[in-house]
Amino acid sequence: MQELLQYLFSGVTNGAIYAVIALGFSLLYNSTELINFAHGEFAMLGGLSLVTLWAGLGLPLPAALILAVGIGVGAGFLFERLAIRTVRRPDPIVLVIITVGASILLRGVAMILWGKDSHSVPFFSDHAPLAVMGARLLPQSLWILAIAAGLILALRAFFKHSLTGKAMEACAVNPKAARLIGIPTGRMNLLAFMLSTGTGAVAGVIIAPITMCSYDMGTMLGLKGFCAAMLGGLGSLWGALMGGFLLGILESAGVGLFSSGYKDAIAFILLLLILYLKPAGLLGAAKIQRF
Amino acid sequence: MTSHNTRSHRQVRPIACLILMTMLVALPLQAAEMYKIGGIFSVTGPASFLGDPEKRSLEMAVASINAAGGIDGRLLEAVIYDTEGDPQKAVSGINKLINKDRVLAVIGPSTTPATLAVKSFAERARIPLISCAAGIAITDPVTPWTFKTAQNDVLAVAAIYGHMRRQGIGRIALLTVANAFGESGKQQLEKQAGAAGLQIVAVESFGDKDTDMTAQLTKIRSAGPDAIVCWGTNPGPAVVAKNVQQLEIKAPLYQSHGVASPKFIELAGAAAEGIYLPTGKILVADLLPADDPQKAVLGDYVRRYQEKFNLPVSGFGGYAYDAMQLLARAMVGTGGDRQQIRDNLENIQNHAGVSGVFSFSAQDHNGLGPEAFVMVRIEGGTWKLEK
Repeated sequence: MQELLQYLFSGVTNGAIYAVIALGFSLLYNSTELINFAHGEFAMLGGLSLVTLWAGLGLPLPAALILAVGIGVGAGFLFERLAIRTVRRPDPIVLVIITVGASILLRGVAMILWGKDSHSVPFFSDHAPLAVMGARLLPQSLWILAIAAGLILALRAFFKHSLTGKAMEACAVNPKAARLIGIPTGRMNLLAFMLSTGTGAVAGVIIAPITMCSYDMGTMLGLKGFCAAMLGGLGSLWGALMGGFLLGILESAGVGLFSSGYKDAIAFILLLLILYLKPAGLLGAAKIQRF
Repeated sequence: MTSHNTRSHRQVRPIACLILMTMLVALPLQAAEMYKIGGIFSVTGPASFLGDPEKRSLEMAVASINAAGGIDGRLLEAVIYDTEGDPQKAVSGINKLINKDRVLAVIGPSTTPATLAVKSFAERARIPLISCAAGIAITDPVTPWTFKTAQNDVLAVAAIYGHMRRQGIGRIALLTVANAFGESGKQQLEKQAGAAGLQIVAVESFGDKDTDMTAQLTKIRSAGPDAIVCWGTNPGPAVVAKNVQQLEIKAPLYQSHGVASPKFIELAGAAAEGIYLPTGKILVADLLPADDPQKAVLGDYVRRYQEKFNLPVSGFGGYAYDAMQLLARAMVGTGGDRQQIRDNLENIQNHAGVSGVFSFSAQDHNGLGPEAFVMVRIEGGTWKLEK
């Protein structure tokens, strides 16, 4: 029982990270039908920025957090303006390959700026691990869950209740009609990029104290986040959440109940099964429902 | 036809003269009796933490040998190629060294897969190869032309198990990274456990980019081991250290020599306290007793490396430094004959180097014993030598 609870805690912590990354994939896919393979790199950027701002420059934590996420948003802005907007014939395949190129570029730049070593930052709050029925829960896990939940509620409010959010949704549903009624679709695309890379940076920032940050951490995070997004149904906000937590919990249960050697295999076999039986993902309806 | 011939002759002649002249000018320079030594290191790429200090150390060793007048009055020249950690590039590197640069001997590569890839080329060309990689398969079985200077996993495991026995530990759990380094460590850990009187009660693994190992450790905890051995390179083992602390596991944690650098203490922070690990003596050079045979060599190497490059010294550069010093010793009096160099290498006894005291033989082309490793404990953010 105590073990099962520990597996659950570990799974929920990892799951929340996957969920936030999956969220970024879904956000962008929703508005632009684009899969950004550099998404994991923006999480890396957020994490490493926090290392510099908080541990390096000694800024107070809230300021460092906001700035680090701001750097992610800014990088998304530059990415869209310089690499995506300038493409003359924006075929989806061309754009996807550009994102792959961007991921290599970002990794290279991060390697030059931060070096090849891993960096670590302290936990957000300096409490001892909590004991819950014999299992241990890190306070940082609570931080991760709280920030992830806050982010999701804020995004939901943005899409449901603000004019800009509704305009973005309109662009996603029918770009041509949206442009006809006067929505600046170009600017909405840019906004989608910035929101997406911003959530990526949030993911990087909140996991920085648990894992170590290095220039090459983004690839695996991006891959797992992408799996989670596919699992839940690409483009669905709740699907991304569910996919993330499901993936995290299954991984840790796989380790605990079977063997740690099969950890990734269990997750990926499940992904294949779901894609085979329900290609749109768990929550992806045949008629795509946006948020 | 004739006119055509004469015309082309007329054109060819000045060119031929020019070539001849450059050759005449170049010949004495070429024949300045330089000994060429090849180096193949992963200077960039994921294994650059190995290759970069190795390249610097080789250059440093060559410069100091040349400053002292070279070998038998002939200066050394190092030709170094970058593998980027890719065995394929290592193969093209050694081919260039053998066929184009015609070097006397090759130092490197930095990693085990790259060494295994180039080994047969060195054997076929009958050229001494001194690898800087740790994998046991490089010199086991022994082949005539291949040597290595890095300590084996075998020795690291022996050092850990020796320490455990002195601590009265009986049941152990293994947690190894799922890559070549971890697999090789796991193999040795499992192989030597029986002879050391240890019982392995749990075997778990983790991916080298994993961010949380609490699930594996929970499973290990329920098996109730006296000690846990973690085998990996940063950052995974630092996560393991943090998770062990988080789960309040009381069994002592042993790490491998793969994390024997100040970086590990920095990453694991307070969770590093009390961890045991085997390391080459370079990490604790100033803690060594005065009668240690390596103390002088280590002090000299550390001081010169830091002066020359203004960088903190790592244990890895020493592999290339030792290789060059051994090679220089073997080259004396050979006049550049590869067969003689090889024979001399094989006969070197009690050479105190950075990584240990080397004594080669026809059966042992690594030449190090278990005393190449010392056990340390992390205390107060630094290393303490264990008895």
